[in-house]
Amino acid sequence: MEAAHPHAPPTGAHADHDHDHHAHHPTGFMRWVTTTNHKDIGTLYLWFSFTMFIVGGILALMLRAELFQPGLQLWEPHFFNQLTTMHGLIMVFGAIMPAFVGFANWQVPLMIGAPDMAFARMNNWSFWLLPPAAILLTSSFFVPGGATAAGWTIYAPLSTQMGPGMDMAIFALHIMGASSIMGSINIITTILNMRAPGMTLMKMPLFVWTWLITAYLLIAVMPVLAGAVTMVLTDRHFGTNFFNAAGGGDPVMYQHIFWFFGHPEVYIMILPAFGIVSQIVPAFSRKPLFGYSSMVYATSSIAILSFIVWAHHMFTVGMTAAAQLFFMYATMLIAVPTGVKVFNWIATMWKGSLTFETPMLFACGFIFVFSMGGFTGLVLAITPVDIQLQDTYYVVAHFHYVLVAGSLFAIFGGIYYWLPKWTGHLYDEKLGLWHFWGSMIFFNVAFFPMHFSGLAGMPRRIPDYALQFTDFNMISTIGAFGFGLSQLIFLWAVVKCIRGGVKAPDRTWEGAEGLEWTVPSPAPYHTFETPPLVK
Amino acid sequence: MISKLARLIAAAIAAPGAAFAASLPAQFNLQPPQSPIAEQIYELHTLIMWIIFGIFVLVFGVMAIAIVKHRKSVGHKAEQFHENTTVEIIWTIVPFVILIGMAYPATKTVISMKDTTNPDITIKATGYQWKWGYDYLQEGISFYSNLSTPRDQIDGHNEEARKNNPNYLLEVDNPVVVPTGKKVRIITTANDVIHAWWVPALGVKQDAIPGFVRDTWFRAEKPGIYRGQCAELCGKDHGFMPIVVEVVEPEKYNQWVAAQKQKSAAAKAETSPDKKWTLDELKAQGEKVYAANCVACHQANGMGVPNTFPALSGSKVANGDAAAHIDIVLNGRPGTAMAPFKHLNDVEIASVITYERNSWDNKTGDAIMPATVKAARK
Repeated sequence: MEAAHPHAPPTGAHADHDHDHHAHHPTGFMRWVTTTNHKDIGTLYLWFSFTMFIVGGILALMLRAELFQPGLQLWEPHFFNQLTTMHGLIMVFGAIMPAFVGFANWQVPLMIGAPDMAFARMNNWSFWLLPPAAILLTSSFFVPGGATAAGWTIYAPLSTQMGPGMDMAIFALHIMGASSIMGSINIITTILNMRAPGMTLMKMPLFVWTWLITAYLLIAVMPVLAGAVTMVLTDRHFGTNFFNAAGGGDPVMYQHIFWFFGHPEVYIMILPAFGIVSQIVPAFSRKPLFGYSSMVYATSSIAILSFIVWAHHMFTVGMTAAAQLFFMYATMLIAVPTGVKVFNWIATMWKGSLTFETPMLFACGFIFVFSMGGFTGLVLAITPVDIQLQDTYYVVAHFHYVLVAGSLFAIFGGIYYWLPKWTGHLYDEKLGLWHFWGSMIFFNVAFFPMHFSGLAGMPRRIPDYALQFTDFNMISTIGAFGFGLSQLIFLWAVVKCIRGGVKAPDRTWEGAEGLEWTVPSPAPYHTFETPPLVK
Repeated sequence: MISKLARLIAAAIAAPGAAFAASLPAQFNLQPPQSPIAEQIYELHTLIMWIIFGIFVLVFGVMAIAIVKHRKSVGHKAEQFHENTTVEIIWTIVPFVILIGMAYPATKTVISMKDTTNPDITIKATGYQWKWGYDYLQEGISFYSNLSTPRDQIDGHNEEARKNNPNYLLEVDNPVVVPTGKKVRIITTANDVIHAWWVPALGVKQDAIPGFVRDTWFRAEKPGIYRGQCAELCGKDHGFMPIVVEVVEPEKYNQWVAAQKQKSAAAKAETSPDKKWTLDELKAQGEKVYAANCVACHQANGMGVPNTFPALSGSKVANGDAAAHIDIVLNGRPGTAMAPFKHLNDVEIASVITYERNSWDNKTGDAIMPATVKAARK
């Protein structure tokens, strides 16, 4: 370490040099392995996430190809179930969650005026746990019996029937959970202790606020998931009967534990997206966010409510009427703070001076399409209707509207928004446009018809379907391939921007506010070694 | 694989014309409701969709106006207003009131859905990997209900037949038969993993949980055949265990009950464990049992699915100690997909084991007698 940083402690003689002078670090591969720099680690997270996004996307296209027509064409049903299961696990734990941690790494220190994350080495460790976990998870396709085919929810007792692929997935989840918890501790500590002088909590950018709340959610529920999958593991191998009714266990208890994790998890994947959109919309409206404090309160309310709605995923397991009603009312309540958020974004746009560069397109696309997911969420909150639609394609449509059009579109918007700051170059606006419209149109072609097939009675997770679902499935498959191909434009735009382009000004966007726009573009390796003063 | 891909690509090119024309007309809404509960669900859904439509027009109307009129390119200057307590209170309270309006009718439906008291008929539906078993508790009728769509329509060897089969994947050998106008209580449970008993037109979906009993109910108004599917991922053939409910006039139902009772009495005599069977009789009987219970995993050629479901042809179990073979079939192999099959009767188990021990590469010559199976049950 010492040898790698011969000049690490800056001395008086170097003080007049520019920031880049401090960028002493190993080069090549070792730079990335040993780095403790929040920007490097943010980049690693984002590339990791993109890789997993491609892997998960290929699995999705494989299963959509099978569903193009009725009948079994390409895959055995058991392998099809592996595809759906692994698509879900990889997208949730490999693509969406790490992407947001990548954003947090890059942006939280820059936005609060901190020189780095609080625990720089732990930061390195929480990233480098992910690749082994990903390898463990994806390589389970190649062990006898293949990958787990029990659904991403890993419901017992189906999960006790699986081969060793299930154990690999469980260990991968353990490792990813540990990584998430460490990342969250780091983010909370950084936000609470390292804000620039003058930046009170209620002056923090909303992205920082949403991540602070998300990090608490992660710490609260990742151990719950670890507990649930560990119980599955011991049921599988060590003769316990947590979920085995024949041994006095209860399969429904698994679902309660899983969804106690699972519902806050849904908000873990959407709150940082709210944060990103709340940065982008004011910037391109050239107008402050309409209700800053009500946004903070709405985010907190959503987080708190997320702990008391879990059983709405389980209305068909057979609960008492009182329990069904409680979970229905609590779930419906979430519509109120979510509505507050949407109204706030639109009020921010109202009478602004709007321009529609790619980040704003994705933010507006987010508001529009995410709200549709919110509407179907309201439909599904109504217990009797949910009982009809539970485990159908309607649910598949719903959660892709909030996770793809929600989380993923916000991630894209955030990347285009901050990419000039990260790379020092403006991205190609035309490519951004193509990426946006390709994603937006094909997303809807792929997922909108699923509402209809779900309403008409098509169960989810089936490799073959009755003939009346044919048309909608064909359209969905065409849309899915279009959506997948559109992501290649994204890769092209990003790579092109990294390799060169018009030099980005420090404040890339006319209406952008915040400390990150006060540092040069690209942001130097070390920023805010002397804390800025926030008035 | 290449030829499969080629077929798929050819289909993709032909899709807008031929394939669309060949499929059944698409449906955009919930299936036409056939029970009072399904009716209420349908109406609730319609009501909520209208409310959502109103909110949608309002909210995105405002957004659209902003997008069109308040853009920089038309010279709009940003006004720097923010925070307005009155507006913020209004847009918190109004959605809350709308939600109460939605919750009221939903609550009434939840309460009537949960009211399973005073049924006229009670049927226990048991989920198996991958079929349903039904027991009419008062009438004493029991049977299994398997997918009856021929395998060659599914695996693509007979696409013509598939295209002309309106009930593809939604047909069974033995449907549930119920009379019109009677309150039918369905009790669900499962043998192995969680399944879900779902008939959309009747407005019932209830998970079937191993070791636990749950219930739901429906009252069908009109005669007809209503089709549904298992709704909870239950392993490999989750997509291939449909539910068919045949609703008939009460007189016809009574005739059906009488016929079923007669059939089961005859079957009982046939399956008496004391009857002496020949190897060939057992094998012939066993082949049917195998086709209904074992073929999904172990395959018709006894070769299983490599790395997933073990082969029986040439296997140690099917060629080794018969007692061990009986034990596995009766009690399953915990921790694997091999579920216990002790719900089958002695003749079925004896015959299927005989079949397995004398088919494909297996030539043990063992004829397992039902009495042996009876003795092996604990």
